[in-house]
Amino acid sequence: MIQMTAEAAQATRTQPVVEMSGVSVSFPGVKALQSVGLTLRAGEVHALMGENGAGKSTLIKALTGVYSIDEGTIIVGGEPRTFHSPAESQAAGISTVYQEVNLCTNLTVAENMLLGREPRSLGRIDTRAMNRRAGETLARLGLDIDPKSQLGRHPIAIQQLVAIARAVDIDAELLILDEPTSSLDADEVAKLFEVMRTLRAEGVAIVFVSHFLEQVFEISDRMTVLRNGQFVGEYVTAETTQLQLVQAMIGRELETLEKIEQEADEHTVKTQGAPLIEVIDLGRKGSVEAVDLKVFEGEVIGIAGLLGSGRTELARLLFGADTPDHGDMRMRSKVTKLRTPRQAIDHKIAFSSENRRSEGVIEDLSIADNMVLAMQASRGWLRPIPARTKDRLVKKYIEALDIRPANPNALMRNLSGGNQQKVLLARWLITEPELLILDEPTRGIDIGAKAQIQQLVANLAKDGMSVVFISAELEEVLRLSDRLVVMRDRRKIDERANQDVTVSDVLEIIAGEVRNDA
Amino acid sequence: MRSFTKSNLFWPVLGLVLLLLLNLTKTPDFFSIRVQDGHLYGSLIDILRNSAPTLLIALGMTLVIATRGIDLSVGAVAAISGAVACTYMAGSPDESTAGRAIVAMTMAVAVAVLLGVWNGFLVSVLGIQPIIATLVLMTAGRGLAMLITDGQITTVNNSLFSKVSTGFVLGLPIAILIALAVFAITAVLTRRTALGMLIEAVGINPEASRLAGVRARTITWIVYVFVAFCAGIAGLMIASNTNAADANAAGLFIELDAILAVVIGGTSLAGGRFSLTGTLIGAMFIQTLATTIPTMGIPAETNYLFKAVVVIVVCLLQSPKARAVLAVRRPTPLLTKGSAA
Amino acid sequence: MTTVIAPPESPANSPAPRPSRGFTFPARFLPVIATVVLFFAMFGAGSIRYEGFSSPQTILSVLVDNSFLIVLAVGMTFVILTGGIDLSVGSVVALSAMIAASALRSGWSAPLVVVAVLLTGSVLGLLMGLVIHYFEIQPFIVTLAGMFLARGLCYVISVDSIPIKNETFTSFASGTIEIGDYFITPSVIVALVVLVIAAIVLHMTRFGRTVYAVGGSEQSALLMGLAVARTKIGVYVISGFCSALAGLLYAIYTLSGYSLTAVGMELDAIAAVVIGGTLLTGGSGFVLGSAVGVLVLGLIQSFISFDGTLSSWWTKITIGVLLLVFVLIQRLFTRRTV
Repeated sequence: MIQMTAEAAQATRTQPVVEMSGVSVSFPGVKALQSVGLTLRAGEVHALMGENGAGKSTLIKALTGVYSIDEGTIIVGGEPRTFHSPAESQAAGISTVYQEVNLCTNLTVAENMLLGREPRSLGRIDTRAMNRRAGETLARLGLDIDPKSQLGRHPIAIQQLVAIARAVDIDAELLILDEPTSSLDADEVAKLFEVMRTLRAEGVAIVFVSHFLEQVFEISDRMTVLRNGQFVGEYVTAETTQLQLVQAMIGRELETLEKIEQEADEHTVKTQGAPLIEVIDLGRKGSVEAVDLKVFEGEVIGIAGLLGSGRTELARLLFGADTPDHGDMRMRSKVTKLRTPRQAIDHKIAFSSENRRSEGVIEDLSIADNMVLAMQASRGWLRPIPARTKDRLVKKYIEALDIRPANPNALMRNLSGGNQQKVLLARWLITEPELLILDEPTRGIDIGAKAQIQQLVANLAKDGMSVVFISAELEEVLRLSDRLVVMRDRRKIDERANQDVTVSDVLEIIAGEVRNDA
Repeated sequence: MRSFTKSNLFWPVLGLVLLLLLNLTKTPDFFSIRVQDGHLYGSLIDILRNSAPTLLIALGMTLVIATRGIDLSVGAVAAISGAVACTYMAGSPDESTAGRAIVAMTMAVAVAVLLGVWNGFLVSVLGIQPIIATLVLMTAGRGLAMLITDGQITTVNNSLFSKVSTGFVLGLPIAILIALAVFAITAVLTRRTALGMLIEAVGINPEASRLAGVRARTITWIVYVFVAFCAGIAGLMIASNTNAADANAAGLFIELDAILAVVIGGTSLAGGRFSLTGTLIGAMFIQTLATTIPTMGIPAETNYLFKAVVVIVVCLLQSPKARAVLAVRRPTPLLTKGSAA
Repeated sequence: MTTVIAPPESPANSPAPRPSRGFTFPARFLPVIATVVLFFAMFGAGSIRYEGFSSPQTILSVLVDNSFLIVLAVGMTFVILTGGIDLSVGSVVALSAMIAASALRSGWSAPLVVVAVLLTGSVLGLLMGLVIHYFEIQPFIVTLAGMFLARGLCYVISVDSIPIKNETFTSFASGTIEIGDYFITPSVIVALVVLVIAAIVLHMTRFGRTVYAVGGSEQSALLMGLAVARTKIGVYVISGFCSALAGLLYAIYTLSGYSLTAVGMELDAIAAVVIGGTLLTGGSGFVLGSAVGVLVLGLIQSFISFDGTLSSWWTKITIGVLLLVFVLIQRLFTRRTV
């Protein structure tokens, strides 16, 4: 199953540190990985790429023993191995640094680096030796961090570097960095890369997961791309263009992409006069940089961009789920400040989060209760929705959206992803919003439900509702939107009317090959 | 019948029935209720009456626990409420008039509500963990109660006040009627308004609730005020029973009994779905247990031992991990009946 | 809110944010220092107000009267450092005193009684720890059950108070150790030894560091491959052991065992730990702080007994207020660093 370019095969001089082949992992109802391979060599930085849900973290967790594999082999140092816990894989020289720093902020830097392996004399921890050893490791990596200082008092970037230092101190042969740069700024990333280069020169194999294309091209030697739990290919970075990588991740060949027919854009939007909502210079440190955006009545704005591009963060700012630290917002020309979701809802804005499970569904409540939650919340607890109205609304939306089971009292936790998503859509439609923000409404749901949701969005816009539609699937964005906004590296890099725009155009914009001023 | 065995109330009800039947083996006339002077008397009536204060507090505690919180201060609040009422009555010249009693009781409940506002402020506005926030008042509260009574056991002589726990209306003890009235009010307040659903939503998924526009802070605040209100009334009942305010002993450990009643009734300490009926049965269970032990010829003080066993058994039954380990698997029904009131 | 001390430097010449060097006073010591300052301020205020308060014997007497509480607070500190709580300690104190008194009455030798009591407390702690960790039930409810269980067992042993007449115990109770013009009791020595051992275990052993790590983040500790299960269960064993030892000291202090004693003592222990600067969410604090916390609680009582006009209930009110102040400080503290 493993496809390897001839060049890549040629480059294999030594025995790989880790060789995974034909690995499958499934969870109840989901095939998370299907026969995936990953080959890691000493002294190389190997980027693991793919969109959300592609299976990157599942693959890493299968390797480190957090998940057990259903099929396939994992060969470590020439021998087949199966790990049952992170501790076991650690003992075999595999060290992982997670996106969220998994250290203890209440302890010192040195303690965090050596926890569980503290130097001891006469049965007690030799604090001085511990600080010295930590200091030496930090110095080796060129890091100027006081080992005696408390970890929590350092910025996240430094904590991330300490986590790497801990991994290095273990004498790891393989270092896995799972999105280590998602919260770092440019200087901090540069520092991290310096450390990675030092380690690479020492012969450590490094797995690097990141959504930032430029970073991947800067640091990695080789890339493996996954899509929908399947292996797409292994590429040598120096011989691959950004465009080719984006294509591999999103999954269409250029030629076929260009052939995709654009659905005729029948309804026209009046983009004169005052927009429904207008933001100027809106931003928040570490999530989105100054964005200008106008949304007119009945208009569908599509936001395209990879994960981490700032697309979700922008949506959250528009809804007051996060508060912006600069910029203005106007609704129908009136200056409006949204500090809480509640205020946004009062201004007839609705937002369906990409994290259905943690930020959307109330699992132990019924379909009916989940549907009316937002409406009930804005009425206040003292004014319950009359039973008859509630029944009518719930029945109407169960039918209109074809929700199954069609039983209003079924618990939300027993619904499939697609049906849960429809219930959440119903929750917002019941509030009769003027602006509906949908963040990845079709992710992880079956084709049928996907088409239904797309149709629904088109109908809503026809009826005059404004929609901000965010999706990793470009066809979907192009099919639905009147205007297209492209985001990359927390910035809006392009905005254009969706006329004759093809998927490959968007791919080129994302890949940064078209310099087009917004 | 099959649907009933699947219900969350099955085990608590079964336990209660078994306990009651156990009494019958020792006391054949346990279930008999006699009428005397138009009032009902009997063991069952006693159980109902004695469980009233615990039930009251447990009702409020149910809502607090549903929001993922806990209130340890209810015993202290009950003591303060009793102290306020008794001190006010004892200190006035017309101590025994009905008007005096009404003013005293209103004041007591108002003070209790204020204390609830305080607890709710610490939890919902300052964001202090409920267990710590209410520990403050739990510690200081009895001191405050003693400050009010000046460290004395303040006795009062007011017929209206003593009727709160010993009086009868329509043949039933007033205490029972008050507790049932609060039960009914709570049920109406939570199930006829949207409060119950919003409380559950906040308890199950606070972030999703916030994004749906639920004012989680207000909801949380309300439940702490409500539990303090319940504790205030319970404190009046306890003081009325002895016609005295004992700042040290009044409502001692009642917070633990209340939490126990909630847990026995099937409401999880992790928050979310709650059952007021379950709490009602839980409170009955605790009181029946306290009655049963001496009946069986076991020293009453060992009550604690049995409570410990009950806590452990109930927690193990509720813990998914324990159920998996002990392989007491019950299939999760795909569809459940309407929410339990 | 993570960049607390990131120094404002020009981006041009700073490749990485550097932590401030030189004299940085670790923030984690601040709460303890606040408690120590509070203690001395109270002592100073008392010395000015009341005649005879300024004598060192005032402090020593606080130690004498609260040695069992120090031991109890030490055990509680371990549990709270991991983010747990132990409500059973007061009942275990009563149970230990009961077991000691009744076993001595039926003729057991003093050393055997001591071993039996310490073993009982430790086993009880072990059982609670096992249930908490393996069944994933909240510590609050499990130790609540432990509290009921221990209290119930007291009554099973006896409903009445049992006096202790054993010579070893009585001589230990009446013994004093002179320090110049002042004195302490052997119990104080026991408490101080426990304190020192606890401090060594917490700061100089892997177990101790893991206690802090689990309290900081259990998830992280697991992913770092630390012995989380052993540590979580271990702290309840330690708390059980300390409660049993405190029970023995209490039995010596009162020379009796009685089912109704030590009611609510768990609250005093928790209050001492919080006032001593330990975060109730776990991960930060020191046993020394808890000991100072106990001294603060004891000093409040000295205040009230010296004053004569102040009523005893002011003790509880003051403890409540102190608790509030420290909880609020902790809240600010955690907001700033997390």
